[in-house]
Amino acid sequence: MIEKSFDHIRSVNLSKIIEAIKEMTISANYNLNNDIRSSLKKSIEIEESKTGINIINQLLTNADIASNQKMPICQDTGMAVFFVEIGQNVHIINDIKNSNNIIKGTLEEGINEGVRQGYTEGYLRKSVVNDPFERINTGDNTPAIIHYDIIAGDSLKISFAPKGFGSENMSRIYMIKPGDGIEGAKKVILEAIDAAGPNACPPMVIGIGIGGSFEKAAILAKKALFRSINESSKIPYVKDLEEELLQKANNLGIGPQGMGGRITVLGINILTYPTHIAGLPVAINISCHATRHAEVNL
Amino acid sequence: MIKIETPLTIDKVKCLKAGDEVLITGTMYTLRDAGHMRVIEQINKDEKLPFDMKNSIIYYVGPSPAKLGAVIGSAGPTTSYRMDEFTPALLELGLKGMIGKGARNKEVIQSMVKNTAVYFGAVGGAAALLASCIKSSEIIAYEDLGPEALRKLYVEDFPVIVVIDSLGKNIYEIEKEKYKIVE
Repeated sequence: MIEKSFDHIRSVNLSKIIEAIKEMTISANYNLNNDIRSSLKKSIEIEESKTGINIINQLLTNADIASNQKMPICQDTGMAVFFVEIGQNVHIINDIKNSNNIIKGTLEEGINEGVRQGYTEGYLRKSVVNDPFERINTGDNTPAIIHYDIIAGDSLKISFAPKGFGSENMSRIYMIKPGDGIEGAKKVILEAIDAAGPNACPPMVIGIGIGGSFEKAAILAKKALFRSINESSKIPYVKDLEEELLQKANNLGIGPQGMGGRITVLGINILTYPTHIAGLPVAINISCHATRHAEVNL
Repeated sequence: MIKIETPLTIDKVKCLKAGDEVLITGTMYTLRDAGHMRVIEQINKDEKLPFDMKNSIIYYVGPSPAKLGAVIGSAGPTTSYRMDEFTPALLELGLKGMIGKGARNKEVIQSMVKNTAVYFGAVGGAAALLASCIKSSEIIAYEDLGPEALRKLYVEDFPVIVVIDSLGKNIYEIEKEKYKIVE
C-alpha cells in the first residue's frame, strides 16, 4: 500500500497557487456567500423589530452594491486566514511565469505573495501591523495566518477567510472542568455571545471548538467558521447542540446590530475533538454577518 | 427619519433621542485607534489640533483604499469601545457627535451627559452602502497611519441611529430587554 501511495507524486506550480490565492482574496471580500445572503433574506420574515428589519435590508443592499461595484462588503477586509489541506504526495515546484519573472519560494511564501497581490490589486484594506507593540502597518496585509493539514493522496485544497477583528476581539476560550459537562459548555458559549452583543456586528456567525487542548480548541473554532451555515454537524448530539444554542442565542434579544430583536445569530457551527481526562476546552470564535470564505482545489 | 446638518450644535444634539433614525449631511472627521492616540498626544503637548473639535462629529472608520476615480473605498464603522479611554478628553473640547458601533463605557456616557453629546450607530458591515453617502474625502493629518489617517469627509444623508442620547439613554439596553426571552 505504501508503494502505491508513492507512485503518485503530483507537482503543483507555485505561480498557480499565487494566482489562485490572489483571485480568492478579492472575490471573497466582494461577494457575500450565498448561505449568509439567503439566511439574511429569510430572517426578515422572522424579525419583529422594525429597526432590525431596516438593518437587514441595509445589509442586503450593501451586498448588492459591493458585488456590482466590485468593492469590499466590509472595510475590514481582515487578517487573511488559510486552512491548507495538502496531500503528502504533492510536490510544490518553483516555475517560470515569464522570461524575466521567476517565481521561487516556499508554499508559505507563495500564499503570502498571493495575499500581497490580492490585497493590493483588489483595493482591500491593509490591516496588519508588524509587531503587537511597535504596530507599523506592513502595507500589504501580510503575513497571513496559515494552518496546515497533511493528508493522504495528491490533492491540494486551500480555504480562505478574511477575518475582521471587531468580532475577533469578542472571541473567548474557556478551560472548563469535565464535571461542568455539556450544560457548562452551553453556559460559557451563551455568555460569550451575550458579551459580544452589539460589538461584533450581529447577526453573528459562531464557530465553536470543543475538546482537544488549549490551541486545538481555538483552531477548531476558527475552522468551524469555514463551514456553510446551512450544514450541520454529522454527529447527532452535536447537531442537536448547534440547534439548541442557536435558539437560545436568538432568545438573548440582542438583535441586528444590537438594536434589539429576534435575529442575533445566523448560524452556529461546532467541531469537537478528543481531549484529556482532566480537561474540557471550549473556544468560541465570534464572527459577523459578513462572514466570508472561499476555497480552491489545485 | 430626522435630517440634520453639521455643525452639530447643542440645540441639535438636544433634539436627538435614543432610537431616532437620522440622516446626516455635512462634514465629519475620521479617527480610530492610532489616530486617537495622536490627538491625545497633541492635546497633552498643547499643540494645535488638525481640526476644531467644537461642534464636530468623529466617525470611527478605517476605509478600504479608493479605486481610481472613486471618492473612498468601503467605509463602515469600527467598534467604538477601543476609543473609550480617549473620548472624554475630546468631549471636553467640544466634540458633539461620535459615529461607531457597539457599547460605550460609563465614563464616556457620563461625559456625554455632562457635555451634551450624542453617540450614533451606523450599520457595521454596510460599508459599501455607507461609502456611497460620502461625497468627498481628504486626508488632513497622520497620513503615515494609512487606513487610520485623519480624513475630512463631506457626507450626504448618511444613515445612523441614535444609540446613546445626551441624557444617557441607551438603545442597546432598552431594546434588548424588550426582545429577551427568559426560559
